[in-house]
Amino acid sequence: MPNMSLTKNEMPVQAPDVRNKNFTEVALGYTEEQAIDEAKRCLNCKNKPCVTGCPVQIDIPSFIAQVAEGNFEEAYKIITKSSSLPAVCGRVCPQETQCESKCVRGKKGEPVAIGRLERYVADRHNAQAAAAVEKPESNGHKAAVIGSGPSGLACAGNLAKKGYDVTVFEALHVAGGVLSYGIPEFRLPKTIVQKEIEGLKALGVKIETNTVVGKTVSIDELMKEEGFETVFIGSGAGLPRFMRIPGENLNGVYSANEFLTRINLMKAYKENSSTPINAGTKAVVVGGGNVAMDAARCAKRLGADVTVVYRRTEKELPARAEEVEHAMEEGINFKFLTNPTEITSTENGWVKGIICQQMELSEPDASGRAKPIPVEGALFEIEADCVIMSIGTSPNPLIKSTTAGLETQKWGGIIADEDGLTSREGVYAGGDAVTGAATVILAMGAGKKAAAAMDEYMRNK
Amino acid sequence: MFEILEKKSLNPTVTLMRINAPRVAKKAEPGQFIILRTDAEGERIPLTIADYSREEGTVTIIFQIVGATTEKLNMLNEGDCLHDFVGPLGKATETEGLKKVAVVGGGVGCAIAFPVAKKLHELGVEVHSIVGFRNKDLVILEDEFRANSSKFVLMSDDGTAGEKGLVTDALKKLIDSGEKYDRVITIGPLIMMKFVCRLTKEYEIPTVASMNPIMIDGTGMCGGCRLTVGGETKFACVDGPEFDGHLIDFDEAMARGASYKEFERKAHEAACNLFKEVK
Repeated sequence: MPNMSLTKNEMPVQAPDVRNKNFTEVALGYTEEQAIDEAKRCLNCKNKPCVTGCPVQIDIPSFIAQVAEGNFEEAYKIITKSSSLPAVCGRVCPQETQCESKCVRGKKGEPVAIGRLERYVADRHNAQAAAAVEKPESNGHKAAVIGSGPSGLACAGNLAKKGYDVTVFEALHVAGGVLSYGIPEFRLPKTIVQKEIEGLKALGVKIETNTVVGKTVSIDELMKEEGFETVFIGSGAGLPRFMRIPGENLNGVYSANEFLTRINLMKAYKENSSTPINAGTKAVVVGGGNVAMDAARCAKRLGADVTVVYRRTEKELPARAEEVEHAMEEGINFKFLTNPTEITSTENGWVKGIICQQMELSEPDASGRAKPIPVEGALFEIEADCVIMSIGTSPNPLIKSTTAGLETQKWGGIIADEDGLTSREGVYAGGDAVTGAATVILAMGAGKKAAAAMDEYMRNK
Repeated sequence: MFEILEKKSLNPTVTLMRINAPRVAKKAEPGQFIILRTDAEGERIPLTIADYSREEGTVTIIFQIVGATTEKLNMLNEGDCLHDFVGPLGKATETEGLKKVAVVGGGVGCAIAFPVAKKLHELGVEVHSIVGFRNKDLVILEDEFRANSSKFVLMSDDGTAGEKGLVTDALKKLIDSGEKYDRVITIGPLIMMKFVCRLTKEYEIPTVASMNPIMIDGTGMCGGCRLTVGGETKFACVDGPEFDGHLIDFDEAMARGASYKEFERKAHEAACNLFKEVK
């Protein structure tokens, strides 16, 4: 008999006023009992609507059926047939707009907690002593992957499973891309990221850190001098945008990228860290996406009183509902319909405050989206000694500018077809480098697709 | 790993290290920089490339011991390895079409100015090197500059080495005596570069200044190294590190450079105390 409860088993979490002072993980994960109980809510629909909502098409009902039976390793095997990073995706995927949005149970009540179950299965597997991974037999072909973020790792993993000799080139000193430098420890513990990467290494994937493709070595050199038959570009969208308002270069103003990199990659939140960070006493975060929520919650944990300013209303916040809810619970203030126009300065060149324009929403336009428009004369200043700009990122131009014949969109995104093929033969691309800033799972999906196309290309060459 | 093949003290606070880094050496050009970490917990610091050998696969760095990380770096010896060493980053010095150039260096900035002077000299450009130090004990690379310059002027604040005075005094004198430079390249403390640029602006001599701001990744990702050039925000790591000196907002750059002064002072003190204990 299925469990007909209308609501999900709740995720155990650290209490808000405890977790907003530490960097350990907020969501604690299901117990075995909760996982099995939740799995029993799945109706095992024949037409599997949830799978259509998954960018990597995990056979969701099948893995959940195994969980319901208590066969957790079987469940893990089913997930990893389609996904390279289940412990990561179980945590950071926006399931509410993907698999769970298609769940039949969601029509009346809450959908099955697919993400939480995925996480449970992956964590349970990872907690066991690592079983010896069988390294696939080499097929003698060499492929290069640029960037060790979600798309690169997915591409590398899928190629390695087919026996390719894969080398991943990473610009930073640690692999993982945005999983390492961007998403905070309390949402995605770095030991989990490293564990997933160790798993890929066990498959034979080589990772060369400290290598900036476009500077240290070019794509042409990789292909002509180092014998790589194909290259996958998964270099992400790492270039921070600024608002171009006065005062943005004052001391105390960070891009969210810099703020988060200091914290996540360089561990600046730890005592005795050799990398400094300054969240001030009153921090203002500009923007309303997931990255803005991450930055705000980090600043809060560093002891600042934090306000998020966003130019539309709560309803339009692009961040996941869960992230916003968590941030609000942790005591982060939100000021909606608020758009900064200037950052003011102390005598010594530090941030003193941020002048904002009150906005209102216009009538929805033809596309149904209401535009924020300034309320004339309604300007006010928020006191702040730290401002974090989190208004988006764009693809880094480094690879484009050093790879002849690689076509890009005007805004910098690499042009690639359905399979990830770029304008250069043998060169594929996927993830944020192609789409602009999006999600971990979409990037993984793109990496996986490109790997299939690269496999075909190398086999037929 | 990135082994230290050679370590040499150039003066009491400036050290030279030759590092085994074949991939970086293969691509390095004067004006570019690297980022290193001494250990797994270390901070990322940018250092400009002082020299390189493609044949030997080595890159030379010259650094002044100014903070905790450079203190730690200086504790390493030949045979030790750096944990991370990435580059070459930034754009190389533009040398095309130059016929006569004044290279103006100050303090440890001379370590960065030297490879530029050398490259220009090798290209057949007439190089006048003007270098300044606080006193004679701090002079570095004098012979190297002499060997790569058709004119060499050494200045010191206290007159114990070369002439007494500032590099701007020497540069002004040369210009006034009729030397016609098609470019001035200046590398050193911000305040020095600011005044060099102010001087050359009066004479309308195109001038390039090499910036060395705070940065983390060095690939355009963090924006920590941003500065204002001609009213526009630029990232030193990917748009520079060299910029039109007449357009740089040096005052803003100086303020930004002091962002973590207090943190750095404390970290340096802690590092010094630690090493004292070890000793």
